[in-house]
Amino acid sequence: MNAMLWQILQIILVVALAPLVTGYVRWVKARLNGRRGPVPIQPYRDLYRLLQKEAIVAHSASWIFRAAPYVTFASVWLAACIVPTFTTNMVLAPAADLIALVALLAVGRFWTALAGMDVGTAFGGLGASREMLIASLAEPAMLMVTFSLSLISGTTAPAQIVSFVLAGNVGVEVSLGLALAALVMVAIAENGRIPIDNPATHLELTMVHEAMVLEYSGRHLAMIEAAGMVRLTLFIALIATLFAPWGIAQPGAGALGVLVGMGAFLAKTFLLASTLAVFETSIAKMRVFRYADFLGGALLLGLLATIFLYVSEAV
Amino acid sequence: MNQQFSYDIAHLIGATVLMAGFSLLYQRRLFAVLNSFAFQALALAAAAAWQAHVQDAPHLYFTAAIALLFKAIAVPFALHWLVERLGIHRAVETALSIGWTMIVGVALVALSIMLVLPVTAAAAALTRESLALAMSVVLLGMLMMITRRNAVTQVVGFMALENGLILAAVSAKGMPLVVEISIAFSVLVAMTLFGIFFFRIRERFDSLDVAYLESYRGDRS
Repeated sequence: MNAMLWQILQIILVVALAPLVTGYVRWVKARLNGRRGPVPIQPYRDLYRLLQKEAIVAHSASWIFRAAPYVTFASVWLAACIVPTFTTNMVLAPAADLIALVALLAVGRFWTALAGMDVGTAFGGLGASREMLIASLAEPAMLMVTFSLSLISGTTAPAQIVSFVLAGNVGVEVSLGLALAALVMVAIAENGRIPIDNPATHLELTMVHEAMVLEYSGRHLAMIEAAGMVRLTLFIALIATLFAPWGIAQPGAGALGVLVGMGAFLAKTFLLASTLAVFETSIAKMRVFRYADFLGGALLLGLLATIFLYVSEAV
Repeated sequence: MNQQFSYDIAHLIGATVLMAGFSLLYQRRLFAVLNSFAFQALALAAAAAWQAHVQDAPHLYFTAAIALLFKAIAVPFALHWLVERLGIHRAVETALSIGWTMIVGVALVALSIMLVLPVTAAAAALTRESLALAMSVVLLGMLMMITRRNAVTQVVGFMALENGLILAAVSAKGMPLVVEISIAFSVLVAMTLFGIFFFRIRERFDSLDVAYLESYRGDRS
C-alpha cells in the first residue's frame, strides 16, 4: 500500500519539480552573469502560456510530428519514475533497471529526431543528425557506467544499488570515481548543456536540440520543453541517487524516514543544479567536431572504471 | 576497515593522477596542457602526503613538498614563461589524432594492469593496485612524448612520466629519501637543460617542431 503511495508521489514529484530545477539553474546562471534573471518559477509560467496557445502544424507534417512530443515526454517521464529519488520502497522498483532507463531515454531521443526530420526542413535534419551523433557516443558510455556499477553491486536495479551502498558494502572505490566522472559527462551531453549544446541559444550554426524542435508551437512545444526539464531533473536525481544515496528511505522506514529522504533529495538536487550553473558559466561551448573527443573521453572513463574493477577483484 | 579506507583513498588519489595524465593527452592548447600538468603534480603531492600520513613516514612529507614546490609551481611557471618568451604557436600539434591517442592510452592502462598483477603476485596485495596506477602514468607520459611534435609538450610528457615514477616510489614502503631527492634534482637539471635546448632548437630552425631535427644532418658549411 505504502509502496503504491510513494510511487504516485514520485511520479508527481519529478514532473512538479522539473520546471523549478530548470528555472533555478537559469536563475543562478543569470546571477553569475551579473543579471537579475527571471524568477525560478518562470518555466511554470512559460509552460502554462504555451499550453494556452494554438499549435501550428506544418502542411507537410505527418502523424509522427504530432505524436512525437507526447511519446518523448511519456518516455522521459517513465524513465524519471524508476529512479528511486527519496525512497526505495516503490511499486516500480523491482521492474526498474538502469538498462531499461537507457532504453527509455533512447526512445525519447529517437522520436525527437524523427520529428525533426518529418517536416523536411534543413535545420530539423541537421539537428537530428547531430543528436544521433551525440547519442551514438553517449549511450555506450552510459552503458559502461551501468556495467561498472552493476559489477560492484551485483544488480542493475537502482533501488538495489542504493540499498547495497547504504548497507556499507562499498568503500571509496577508484571505479566509482571514474564512473561518476563519465556519468556527469554523459548527463551534460544528453541534456544539451554547455559545452556540448547551448540550451539558451537559437543561433543556427551551434544548436542541436533546438534545431529539431524549431517547427513546434503551442502544446506540442510545451510537451517538448517539459520533457527536456524532466530529463535534466532525471539525470540530476540519477547522479544523486547512485553516487550519494545517503538519506534515501529504505523499505520499512516510516513516514518520517520518507520525509528525511525527501529533504535530502531536494538538498542534493539544488546543490547539483547550482554546480551545473557554475560549471556552465565558467566554460565555453565546444566545436561540433570535438564532440567525439568529449564523449569518447566519457566512454573511455567508463571503460577504465570497469577495468579497474577487475584489478580490485584480482587483488 | 580503517586500513582498507586509507588504501581506498590512496588509490583514489592515484587515479586522480592517472586522470590528469589522460587530460594531458586530451588538451589542445599549450597553456591548458601546462595547467593539466600542474594539476597532476598537485595530485601527486596529495598522494605523497597521504602516504606519509598512512605509512607514518615523515620523510614522505618532504617528497610531497618537493612535488608541490618544484613540479606544481616552479616547472609549470618556467614552461609558461618559456612559451611566452619563445612566442611559439600555442596549439598542440599531434602526430596521432587525439581520439586515437586516448584509445591507445586506455590500452596502455590495461597493458600495465595485466603486466603488474602477475609480476607482483608475491608483493603485499594492496600496493599492487598503486603500482598498476603508477605504471599507467609512466606509460601515458611516454605516449605523450611519442605523439606530440612540439618540444614543449614532449618535455611535459617526460615530466608526467617522472610523476609516475614518484607515484610508484611513494606507494612502495621503504623507499629511501636519497633516491627521491636525487630524482627531484635530476628533474630540475633536466628542466634547465631543456630550457637551453629549446632556445638552441629555435635559434637554429625558427620552430620547436622536432620533425626538423630528423632531417638535420649537422653543419656542412
